Amino acid sequence: MNKDIMICGVGGQGTVLASKIIAAAAMDEGNTVHSAETIGMAQRGGSVTSHVRVGEEIYSPLIPFANADIILAFEPAEAVRNLVYLKKDGMVIVNSDPTKPVTESLQNTGYDGKEMIEYLKKKCNCIVVSSEKIYEKFGSSKFFNIAILGVAVGSGRLGISEEAVKAQIEKRIPVKFLEANMEAFKMGIELSK
Amino acid sequence: MKEYVMGNGAIALGALVAGVNVVTGYPGTPSSEIIETISKYSHEGVHLEWSVNEKAAMEVATAAAYSGARALVTMKQVGLNVASDPLMSLAYVGVKGGMVIVSADDPGPISSQTEQDTRRFAEFCRIPVFDPTSVEEAYEMIQEAFEYSEKYKTPVLFRPTTRVNHAYASIELPENYAPKQYEGFIKDSKKWVIFPRLSYINHGMIENRNVEIGEDFSKSRYNIVEGKECKKAVVASGVSYAYTKEYLKNFKDIKLIKVGTPYPFPESFMLQALEGVEEVIVLEELSPFIEENILKIIGKHHLSVKVSGKLNGKVPHNGENSTNLLAGILSEFLEIPMQETGIDITDMPNLPVRPPVLCAGCPHRASFYAVKQAMKGQKSYFCGDIGCYTLGNAMPLDMVDTCLCMGAGVNMAQGFNWVESDATTFAFVGDSTFFASGITGVVNGVYNNANMILCILDNSTTAMTGHQPHPGTGRNMMGNVVDKVDIAKVLEGIGLKKVVTVNPLNLEESVNAVKECASLSGVKAIIFKSPCIAITKPTGKMDINEKCISCKKCIREIGCPALIIEDGKVVIDRNLCTGCGLCSQICPVKAIGGASNE
Repeated sequence: MNKDIMICGVGGQGTVLASKIIAAAAMDEGNTVHSAETIGMAQRGGSVTSHVRVGEEIYSPLIPFANADIILAFEPAEAVRNLVYLKKDGMVIVNSDPTKPVTESLQNTGYDGKEMIEYLKKKCNCIVVSSEKIYEKFGSSKFFNIAILGVAVGSGRLGISEEAVKAQIEKRIPVKFLEANMEAFKMGIELSK
Repeated sequence: MKEYVMGNGAIALGALVAGVNVVTGYPGTPSSEIIETISKYSHEGVHLEWSVNEKAAMEVATAAAYSGARALVTMKQVGLNVASDPLMSLAYVGVKGGMVIVSADDPGPISSQTEQDTRRFAEFCRIPVFDPTSVEEAYEMIQEAFEYSEKYKTPVLFRPTTRVNHAYASIELPENYAPKQYEGFIKDSKKWVIFPRLSYINHGMIENRNVEIGEDFSKSRYNIVEGKECKKAVVASGVSYAYTKEYLKNFKDIKLIKVGTPYPFPESFMLQALEGVEEVIVLEELSPFIEENILKIIGKHHLSVKVSGKLNGKVPHNGENSTNLLAGILSEFLEIPMQETGIDITDMPNLPVRPPVLCAGCPHRASFYAVKQAMKGQKSYFCGDIGCYTLGNAMPLDMVDTCLCMGAGVNMAQGFNWVESDATTFAFVGDSTFFASGITGVVNGVYNNANMILCILDNSTTAMTGHQPHPGTGRNMMGNVVDKVDIAKVLEGIGLKKVVTVNPLNLEESVNAVKECASLSGVKAIIFKSPCIAITKPTGKMDINEKCISCKKCIREIGCPALIIEDGKVVIDRNLCTGCGLCSQICPVKAIGGASNE
């Protein structure tokens, strides 16, 4: 299988765990995987990306422009920022709820993510989900990273089976939080439909 | 055993497989995970330490290598500046056991002060350098680096770049590996004590040896030619080689020359590779190191080859390369038209800028704010330093006037006061940075009768690089609980008359401490002690009640990411808030309270 999967968002949103689960699940299904993460200063509330590259003939650790099959965006503006990576017929799964940067609160330019979602809908095949909904159900948006994995699996664009992703969630999430995460994952699959 | 690891993990495991005995280093992005990986894998019999700084790391490892043990030293590129004093001399003296110094370069720069090039350091020190192009190669290459080091009795540099350090791939780890058996130190003052005579003799020896290593490198499997014989060839190194291969997937006939051991330059290899070539383009990050070496060869051998790269403006000098950047450069060079394949995004809406900021609840925010409040309207200079707290420069805090290098702020605060004695000068330094290179600055200030206020932002960890322990934490990398080095006692020992410790999250107490110190002469210190929010449990969440008059003073004053505006009203982002309570102490109408404060 050849698949380029990008995960983007804001430092602290849990993008790294999502990318680790995808990479490991793809490997469990016998694929060769390379990936790369943003580490360092940007993790403090800056824009972060993870690149997961599945396939035999992969050289660059980062996905080249116009190569991503799917982008999982934890934040609307970050989806637009990284749209350059998407293939023409690729898919974006995007959280409609914005993370407002401090600069935004100070200058109050009115950024609320809506314009970004409209733009994405115009430009590409996309599924819009709301982390607010996850928050309402689970009392924390910490589960969003697992929910969006569910959406990705449900969309059929990830190229990795539900079972493989589930197995990796089980392996990586502490028992205490596993049940809620599995529910978030299931909710994601339903949201994709 | 197949392991999916980060580049830094591959370097660590490669060193373990090579039988490394002693591993030292100082955290610095993008190198920090090397030592952390070793601590997580079986490493019985290996001494592992976060040293107090890179110079200490280099010196501890040097003694191990003198004794025939294998030693690994890790740091980021600017750390090599700190370690350069022992390294320059060590290059003359040489080693007995293999010694590999990993200095991770950071094109971009993404998390660094400089875009310096470790290959230049290798040339400056006259020691070999290895430049891996991928995670898989880093794993193999570091094992060979140890072999070369022992074969030629010299320390060697190993310089990955960020995109190799932080990429992930699978490597094959053997079930068993063990530290090397070594002979021990054999006394010989003619060999191990550096004197002018020894340096003179060894300098000549080293230059001859480097010619030999260049020949050896010419046969290395890391220097190869791919594709068919062409008049135009591409030369690439490091991760730029990976980007080039990605682009050349569809043009496999193009001649591609890869250089994995840039110094001593593999001259014979390059001479042969350039046969029949009329034009080359050199793709590398940071300095035009390979490009200049090719120009040297062309001059030396009277070749007629046109060289493109950074020196004729075809490749940018600054910033990192990417597949897309190189695709543009290569399509022009190879005269292959570019294909537009992506989505048209020329009409993209304006995106919010998202600079990194201090986390919600970060005690550094409170420390900076206390000093700002205490010094309002007075001439004061704020010297910053390297760590999370460099982010105190952002609006609205705006509390970092200078930032130069590790520990510089402590001395700079003194310098400003010598030339402008009417200014109150502050140095902000983190706990780990204080130990790494802040202490000597305090001694300098006391000895020279300087006036300054030292603010130690003690969050009990090395936060920016991923929460490594340091001498003040009471834990080390051997997993031992050790005596904490007490910062206040260190300062008192140096002779400071005024050392106060405050909780920065108590605004009034902190402001008073700053005001009191500002009224005294000499070197004064305030230790702002409160743990990093990433290593402690939040105390609760704040709430904004109906008393809020939407004046937004909290946002304007401290810029906490957990304070956001929704429909014109200030609200708390409950996902981010840690309940630190700083905002509640700023609110003019006492509209902010919370679980922990009520």
